[in-house]
Amino acid sequence: MTPPTTPLLSIADLRTYFRTDEGIARAVDGVSFHIGARETVGLVGESGCGKSVTSLSILRLITRPGRIEEGSRIEFDGRDLMALPDGEMRRIRGNRISMIFQEPMSALNPVFTVGDQIAEVARVHDGASRRDAWARAVEMMRVTGIADPADRAHQYPHQLSGGMRQRVMIAMALVMSPALLIADEPTTALDVTIQAQILELLAELQGRVGMAILLITHDLGVIAEVASRVIVMYAGEVVEEAPVGELFAAAHHPYTEGLLAAMPRLGRERDRLAVIPGTVPPPTRWPAGCRFHDRCPYAWQRCVEEHPPIYRIGPAHVSRCHLAEEPERRVQRAPPERE
Amino acid sequence: MRPSWVAILVLPSAALVVAIRASANSAAHAGPWRRVLERLTRDRASLAAAWFVLALCAIAALAPRLALYAPDYQDADALNAHPLSPTHALGTDLLGRDLLSRLMHGGRVSLAVAMLSVLLSTTVGVVYGATAGFYGGRVDSIMMRTLDAAISVPRVLLLLAVFALWGHQSITALVLLMGLTGWFGISRQVRAQVSAARPREYAVAARALGAPDARVLWRHILPNALSPAIVAASLGIGNVIILEAGLSYLGFGVQPPRPSWGNIIQDSGGVLSPFWWMAIFPGALIVATVLAFNMIGDGLRDAMDPRQLPRS
Repeated sequence: MTPPTTPLLSIADLRTYFRTDEGIARAVDGVSFHIGARETVGLVGESGCGKSVTSLSILRLITRPGRIEEGSRIEFDGRDLMALPDGEMRRIRGNRISMIFQEPMSALNPVFTVGDQIAEVARVHDGASRRDAWARAVEMMRVTGIADPADRAHQYPHQLSGGMRQRVMIAMALVMSPALLIADEPTTALDVTIQAQILELLAELQGRVGMAILLITHDLGVIAEVASRVIVMYAGEVVEEAPVGELFAAAHHPYTEGLLAAMPRLGRERDRLAVIPGTVPPPTRWPAGCRFHDRCPYAWQRCVEEHPPIYRIGPAHVSRCHLAEEPERRVQRAPPERE
Repeated sequence: MRPSWVAILVLPSAALVVAIRASANSAAHAGPWRRVLERLTRDRASLAAAWFVLALCAIAALAPRLALYAPDYQDADALNAHPLSPTHALGTDLLGRDLLSRLMHGGRVSLAVAMLSVLLSTTVGVVYGATAGFYGGRVDSIMMRTLDAAISVPRVLLLLAVFALWGHQSITALVLLMGLTGWFGISRQVRAQVSAARPREYAVAARALGAPDARVLWRHILPNALSPAIVAASLGIGNVIILEAGLSYLGFGVQPPRPSWGNIIQDSGGVLSPFWWMAIFPGALIVATVLAFNMIGDGLRDAMDPRQLPRS
C-alpha cells in the first residue's frame, strides 16, 4: 500500500490548540498523514487522543476557544484548505468532504423531518428546488437501504431506530457524492448486528460513489473489517501508521500493542481482557519525553527525556518509538507502580 | 370608526386564526414553522384562545359602532348604576359613564399597546439574544454587559424618565417605549438557549454539511431555542396591560378621559367595597386576555416540539 502520487488529502504538522483556563490544551499536536482517492484509512486511539479534533480541523469546524495554529497545512484535491475564504470552505463541506457523527440522535436536528434534513444539503449546495431536493432525499434514503423511504422521509429523528438514523446521516453525507467521507465513530452507538450492516453499507457506497473514507474509531475490529491502512493516535500525535495487515501482524509501537491486546478475540481462553494501565493524560499537560512513557511496559530513561521522532520501520510503516533504534529494549519489565 | 384600529387589532389576530386553520391541509414536509401551525390547529384549546382574542380585538376595533354610549358620556341620572340596570348592562362609574362602553373602547388601547409592544420587544429580544448567543466571545460579553446595565434600571422608572423628558404621550410613543424596555428578559433567555444549542452536535453537523451561519441559526438553532421566548412573550402581554394601568395612574401613558382597561381599574380605586363592578369587570377582562395569550403560547411551545409526536 504505497502512497499514491497525488494524495486526495494531505495533512502536515496540523496543530489545533484550545486556550482554556487550565492552560493551552494541545489536542492535536503536529499530526501529518495523507489519504489517497478511494482509499479507506482508519484513525484509531482512545477517547481524548485527538481523533475527533483532527477530523473537525480538516473541515475547519474548530470554534473558540480552539484554533488551528499557524503553519498547519491541510491540502485537499490540490487546494490549500487553510487559505480558503470561509465561503469557499463552506462549499467544500457537505459537498466534496462530508462527515458523519457518532450519535445520529444528537447529530440530527430534532425539529426537522429527516427528509427535510437530507433535502437541505441539495438545497444549500445545488440550490435545488424544494420538490427536487425532496425527491433526491427520498432517493438517497432508498440508496442507503431504508425501507419505505417516501414515508420515512416524513418522520422525525426520534421516530426512527438507531440504525435507521445512522443510515439517514449517511444519506445526508452522500447527497453530493463527496470525494472524502469522514466517519467519526459511525458504529459505536449501534448494536453489533447493526454495526456490521452499516459497515457493509459504507463499503458498498464507497464503491458506488468512488470516495475515500477516513474512519475514526477506537474499535480495531471495525478497522480490520474495512480499512486498508491504519493511523494510530495517542496524546495528540500520530504514533504509528501501517497497512492494516502489517499492523495486526507486527505492531511496533507499545501503545498499538496494548490496543491489540485489549481486543476481545474468539477462541482465546482468557479470564480477563488485557488493559493498558492508566488513562490518556489531560491535553494541557502532555508528559515530557515520550507521551506514552508513564503507561509503557518497556519505557526506559531515554523515553522520559527525549521526545521520539517518527521512525521508519518499513516501506509504509512508521512508529514514534525509540524501540526502533533500540529493539533489544522490548522486554517486559514489572508493570509500573500505579496508585 | 378609523380604519387604522381595524388594521392594528383585527388583522393580526385574524391572520393568526386563518393561518392556523388554513395550514391544516398543507404539505407535511414544508419545514418546522409550517408544522408548528399544523399542530396548533389540532390543539383545540389554543385555537379557541385565538378565536377569543380575535373576538376581543374585533369588538374593540368596532367599539364606536357597537357601544351604546360614547366612552366619556356622563349619564347624570345613573351615577354608580349597578350592573344589569335597565340602561347600563355593566353599570356605570362615579361620573355616570357606561362601563361596558368604556371597556369596549378601552380594549383598543390596551390590546393594541400590548400586542404591538410585545411583538416589538420579542423581535428585538430574539434578534439581540440570538446574535449574542450565536457569535459568543467578545461580542457576547459586550452585548450582555450592556444588557445587564439596562436591566439594572427598574422598568417603571425608566419609562417615567423617558416620558418626562420626551413629553410625548401618544399611543405610538407608548408602544415604542413599552416595546423597547420589555425585551431584556426575553433576550437573556434566547441567548442562553442559543449558546447552549450552538455546540450541540446537530448544529455542528449542519455546519459540516456546508450550511451558512444564517441558515444554521435560523433553521437549526432558533426552532430549538424559542420555547422560553414564546412563553415569556405570552406573559409579557399581561405585564404590559398592567404596567400601562400603573403608568396611567401616575399621569403618564393613556390620558383620561380616553379609557384603557388599566385606567378604568385605576379610576375605581378606593371604592371597591360598594362599587365592586368598576374594578371586577376590567380585571376579569385582563385576566381572560392574559389567559388566552398564555394558552396560545403554551400551544405554540408544544407545537414546536416534535418530540411529542408518537414513535412509529
